[in-house]
Amino acid sequence: MSAAPATGGTGLIGTSVLRKEDDALLRGRGRFLADLRLPGALEIAFVRSPHAHAEITRIDCAAARALPGVVAVYSWDDIRDTVSALFLEAEMRIPDQVREAIKPLSRLQPVPLLADGRVTCVGQAVVMVVAEDRYLAEDAVELVEVGYAPLPALVDPLDALAPDAPAVVPGTEDNLAISVEGRVGDVDAALAEAAFVVTERYRSHRYVASPMETRGVAVTLDPRDRSLTVFASTQTPHRLREVIAGTLRVDPDHVRVTAPDIGGGFGQKGVQYVEDVLVPYAAHRLGRAVRWIEDRTENLTSSSHAREQVHDITLAADADGRLLALRDDAVLNLGNANLTGLVVPYNTLTHVIGPYVIPALDLRVRGAVTTTMMATPYRGAGRPEAVFAMERAMDRLARKMGIEPHELRARNLVRPENMPHRTGLMYRDGTTQTYDSGNFPELLRRVVGHLKIDEIRERQRTGDVAPGKRLGVGLALYIEGTGLGPFESGSVTVLPTGRIRVATGASSQGQAHQTVFAQVAADALGVPIDRIDLREGDTGVIGHGVGTIASRSMVTAGNAIHLAALAVREQVLADASGLLGTAPEDLEIVDGIVRPVDEPEAGIDVAVLAARRAPLLVPGTSTGPGAVISETTFFKPPTVTVASAAHGAIVEVDERTGKTEILSYAIVHDCGRVVNPMVADGQVTGGVMQGIGGALYEEMEYGPDGQPRSVTYMDYLVPTAAEAPPYVLDHIETRSTLNPLGVKGLGEGGAIAPPAVIANAVEDALGPDHVHITRGPLTPSRVKDLLRAASSARH
Amino acid sequence: MPEITLHVNGREHRLDVPDRMLLTDALRDRLGLTGTHVGCEHGVCGACTVLMDDRPVRACLTLAVQAEGRRIRTVESVAPSEDALHPVQQAMRDCHGLQCGFCTPGIVMSLVALHERAEGAGTVAEEEIDETLSGHLCRCTGYRNITAAARRALGADTAPCEHAPEGADR
Ligand code: FES
Ligand code: FES
Repeated sequence: MSAAPATGGTGLIGTSVLRKEDDALLRGRGRFLADLRLPGALEIAFVRSPHAHAEITRIDCAAARALPGVVAVYSWDDIRDTVSALFLEAEMRIPDQVREAIKPLSRLQPVPLLADGRVTCVGQAVVMVVAEDRYLAEDAVELVEVGYAPLPALVDPLDALAPDAPAVVPGTEDNLAISVEGRVGDVDAALAEAAFVVTERYRSHRYVASPMETRGVAVTLDPRDRSLTVFASTQTPHRLREVIAGTLRVDPDHVRVTAPDIGGGFGQKGVQYVEDVLVPYAAHRLGRAVRWIEDRTENLTSSSHAREQVHDITLAADADGRLLALRDDAVLNLGNANLTGLVVPYNTLTHVIGPYVIPALDLRVRGAVTTTMMATPYRGAGRPEAVFAMERAMDRLARKMGIEPHELRARNLVRPENMPHRTGLMYRDGTTQTYDSGNFPELLRRVVGHLKIDEIRERQRTGDVAPGKRLGVGLALYIEGTGLGPFESGSVTVLPTGRIRVATGASSQGQAHQTVFAQVAADALGVPIDRIDLREGDTGVIGHGVGTIASRSMVTAGNAIHLAALAVREQVLADASGLLGTAPEDLEIVDGIVRPVDEPEAGIDVAVLAARRAPLLVPGTSTGPGAVISETTFFKPPTVTVASAAHGAIVEVDERTGKTEILSYAIVHDCGRVVNPMVADGQVTGGVMQGIGGALYEEMEYGPDGQPRSVTYMDYLVPTAAEAPPYVLDHIETRSTLNPLGVKGLGEGGAIAPPAVIANAVEDALGPDHVHITRGPLTPSRVKDLLRAASSARH
Repeated sequence: MPEITLHVNGREHRLDVPDRMLLTDALRDRLGLTGTHVGCEHGVCGACTVLMDDRPVRACLTLAVQAEGRRIRTVESVAPSEDALHPVQQAMRDCHGLQCGFCTPGIVMSLVALHERAEGAGTVAEEEIDETLSGHLCRCTGYRNITAAARRALGADTAPCEHAPEGADR
């Protein structure tokens, strides 16, 4: 592969460096949360609600408390005077410009740590049991008696917004917790003159991020000052520290949060939960080490869900197929609390328009509270839902016009020469939504080529398909605002040993930060990559940070580290210049040696320079301004970078069984400059598989009584290797203009398009006139139902 | 509480365990062998796979007392030395077959069992590899690279992985 031009001449950026993380992980030496040794730690289990909605009439913990080995049992009444309700303040901050321009409604819902007199979803924590080990804690859970007076469940978000629906959150008049709107131009006027209009209702179903490592929290307490060290499987350690300190009413300085190795997060571990605070509470109150490891059923039912939205979308075009107007009225199911505010709804609002030029927009997204598990961001965070609605509507419109779906898209893409492109909407950070760079026509052209759409059309026409099978092709494009601020920290220190310590507030859940951030730092500094040690996910190592969410780490942390490393480089050159008597601009750093460009053998190792600044180690040699060569930078992106992609699939549907097989899946991806192609491809591939899972298999379904129906992996179908399709992955690289590295975010993109792609392809296979797909997952039974409905409509 | 003898990674351990203790908990909490992971505790994800008398088993569906007298191997025993990885591990590394690494030990153990059988019996058919992998959930990688690594380690595919640098250890 071709190396991108490097800053420090190492050529590391753009190279598929093998991962530094892997050796330990492959030997079983990873340190995941449940692997941490906490001598004498107590273990926690929770009594959880079996009802979707009920008043709690009594709680009797006497038998549980009496069980030998049980150390403590808490209900809300036992703790309410000493703690505050859970409230994610950071998620609730709305920039003034947005507040003024959009006038959003975002009714906040602080969540009591344990049920306060009523439960509002199955799986809600009611009582916390602390015991000598997990087996005993679970025994004690069985002994707690809770009386419930059931109330009606509210499962569907549209039902929840009906005028006569009972309010789920006591003291609120209705279940509308969020409403955001965005308008550009005059949609009614555009609709009146449009030649073609489609109006559809699409549902995006509910699914679960489902990281292979469940959540968990382990806490130790320093008896001297009662400060807490919290290990948590979290994507956002610094935010967790604030939440714990605020909720337990202790000084943030008395809480250190460390994320050890994390077994996948995908957004589910990006928010804070009641358990994240309850476990530290127990440690604090009991003065003992305590841990809680979530089980899989808890993860499926009591950690956040995502994606459930209903879109009423109208899309209009003129006689030439130029888009004139888009109206979308979306309702999302927030579950039993609005904990993350505008994140998901606003992402939906600003991504439904996609890579297209549309002069008139009328967009509204509302969030309804229901008696189901709360929904929070999951890989894509509001975008897959928007893309599903928009890209399905594009296909419907193309069929109505009698042209190829890709042809309709081609006529409406923002052209590269018109970048930067403004949509006219305001982004969530208060800036005007702007696409910084991209080449959408090239994405589309390449994906059409990879899919060989003309050949597929020919085979469909001539019936060149296996008997009983139907062949279809579908594609979708998206844009994604990535690299969200407000900031990320990066620090680079040359230690007296010559090793380079890099620290950041971002934390990895499998994204290879040890490797890719080392590439960035080594490249800027000119040192070998093996000399770099990354410390991350630890509030004790770097004071401020946000975390790894929202496809942001390479953009925010990567650039912070890059800038810090360049500043360190300046210091190194200045020190060396003094010693060598050569001007800094006549020096270079190669392989960790600072040397005059025209006299390479006179070089000095950066280790020597660092040691000279450490007077206690090498007496009398301190020459530099500070005691160490170090720099900490906070990179604040001006706004998001815009990544983009086109995905497509060829599918074969079995008429008899309803089974959909993906014969080929194609991706053309643009995340700006690629730091490590191997890692980038891995991120995209993983995301695509999650998207395919949602398109065909995964669903967290609730019965009308509010009972979740997928509480184990027997029912919640995470795809296996057998479901991974043959695959083409292709990149184009339009660099971001908004940061020095030219990178764009990449973690979520893969998951955004597949639900739309597969639905488009299956509908194409089943015949556009007869079968109309409006929701997923396209399980065999659902496909058979669609076929049956279509055939009875024909007769 | 029954006292049992567990043979793990070539060593014998006398342990008092409750009847209901899972093998995963005995390995992880009693012996400190935390490389064997627990992803579901109901036999679906495969993260807890260990070898019992050379055959892969789900340690979360096995009671510790059932392992009495059997030969257990966990991921900690697989690499030949501090400097070298097992061919299965090396292929996973070269092909970027892991991201978070949580599912990895289970996958490595299943593939090691196949690898040992192949050493005895010659090659492994692609279908057999696919079938083995279909017993493991990985949420990060999308599987493509895991399959590539497995085929490479088991000789079903001799082409290098897509991004694997020549000669490799970088
Ligand atoms: S933990 Fe044993 S199969 Fe999932
Ligand atoms: S690498 Fe994360 S689950 Fe497989």
